[in-house]
Amino acid sequence: MLGPPLAWMLIFYLAALAVLFVSAFWSIDAFTGKLTHAWTLTNFDTILHSSTYHQIAFRTIWMAVAVTLTDALIAFPFAYYMARVAPPRMRTILFVLVLLPLWSSYLARIYAWRLILNQDGALNWSLAKVGLPEQSWAFTNTAMWIVFSYIWLPFMILPVYAALERIPDSFIEASRDLGGRNWTTFRRVIVPLALPGLAAGSIFTFSLTLGDYITPTLVGNVDFIGNVIYRNVLGLTNNLPFAAAYATVPLIVMAVYLTLAKRLGAFEAL
Amino acid sequence: MEARATRVSLGVWTLLVVLFLWLPLVLICVYAFNSSNIQSWPIAGFSTKWFHAAWHNEEARSALVLSLKAGAIATVIALVLGTAAATAVSRFRFFGRDAVTFLLVLPIALPGVVTGIALNSFFNNNPVHGLSPSLWTIVIGHATFCIVVVYNNVVARLRRTQTSLTEASMDLGADGWQTFRFVTFPVISTALVAGALLAFALSFDEVIVTTFTAGAQNTLPIWILGNLRLGQQLPQVNVVVFFVIVMTVLPVTVAQRLTRDTGILRRR
Repeated sequence: MLGPPLAWMLIFYLAALAVLFVSAFWSIDAFTGKLTHAWTLTNFDTILHSSTYHQIAFRTIWMAVAVTLTDALIAFPFAYYMARVAPPRMRTILFVLVLLPLWSSYLARIYAWRLILNQDGALNWSLAKVGLPEQSWAFTNTAMWIVFSYIWLPFMILPVYAALERIPDSFIEASRDLGGRNWTTFRRVIVPLALPGLAAGSIFTFSLTLGDYITPTLVGNVDFIGNVIYRNVLGLTNNLPFAAAYATVPLIVMAVYLTLAKRLGAFEAL
Repeated sequence: MEARATRVSLGVWTLLVVLFLWLPLVLICVYAFNSSNIQSWPIAGFSTKWFHAAWHNEEARSALVLSLKAGAIATVIALVLGTAAATAVSRFRFFGRDAVTFLLVLPIALPGVVTGIALNSFFNNNPVHGLSPSLWTIVIGHATFCIVVVYNNVVARLRRTQTSLTEASMDLGADGWQTFRFVTFPVISTALVAGALLAFALSFDEVIVTTFTAGAQNTLPIWILGNLRLGQQLPQVNVVVFFVIVMTVLPVTVAQRLTRDTGILRRR
């Protein structure tokens, strides 16, 4: 029963990843533009010693961190309300209200923000209505930060909600009985128990930001790791080996991140 | 439990987050009815003329057909493979069980661009058979990350189902197939439908991996992306985007209703 799905994943996924990994050690002949199947470390050498590629990598990782923190801050009070304050019926409604944007068109949601942040878009119109100066965030890092935080927010809310919902009321009562004030209970009981949920959500917000090249293309003005990879595979540069080598950067970062998240109990909370 | 002030401020925050999540979606739907071809706010006037234009746009139509085909085939593959994997993992204990789950989740846990170029380099550099871009290269990519969606739904349902149901069936003399057909299948059927709907929604909207497997073909999201990049045919893009939102929201709503717990099968 396990044969067919396993075979599919091995042939089309693991084999593909293996080919990718191997091709990172190939190179492109500078004159003919043809793929050379000889082993070389040139690609990794370029990545390690080029300040441009360092900058792009750090920019991407930095954005992934910023987006993850922002989403955690927005999601926690929301998930808390959902799990511990809202009546059951309201909870179901909120659940659907979070789930639908998560599944609804990813491109549509990025495009919506492009329209909102435009000079003559809805945000400046609203700012003018309340007498605030207009913004010019379109095609900046701020725009990318807003849009990334927006599109990945549901991925953070759901696991945090699940973690908070699982905390038995008796734990909180016990803390109160033992003299813990609200703040103490929150800090010493609720937050530690919600941590696996936060870690689980952060895997998504972090990984999805790390591998995205559409958002920077549509609402930003600088390159992310994904843009470099995209251009080297499908763009004019046409250097698959280099793209493969650069793709190891997000892979290594994710491997480290997943190890840390596992320690925080994220895998049980997924 | 919480102080009144805390509850009120949490409620206000929740309302703000809901608005943050939904206003952009509402706004993009309003733009589909914009009478002008200039995309500014507020929209110049109300019109449905772009619906007509988009409907008769040949490129958009063939992109839609390709997306529907790819989504349908990928969903069927995901359904078969995802169910098989889920049944095996939840019915039997074997060495490397966790590894199977991990392998299935990997395509959505790793950055999409990595999956994309992996498939791209695999199709191009495969020593056995170089696969040129076709409907099938798109399908392979989509099915690979859709399997986990079906798998998750079915595993969750089987986990909530009492194993005594299948044991009873076996004790009464049913063979493996009869047990599946008359006991397991009715139990997981709604989970299968939900998994299929979600897999289809995921495939219908996917763009990051698809750009690497589609070659020069246009699926609907790739058609949208291309036009957004070049700033072309935006009024028609608005209509198509409106359509895509509806096409993804409907199956998800249905799936959500189907996966609600169904009385007797609950463990607790």
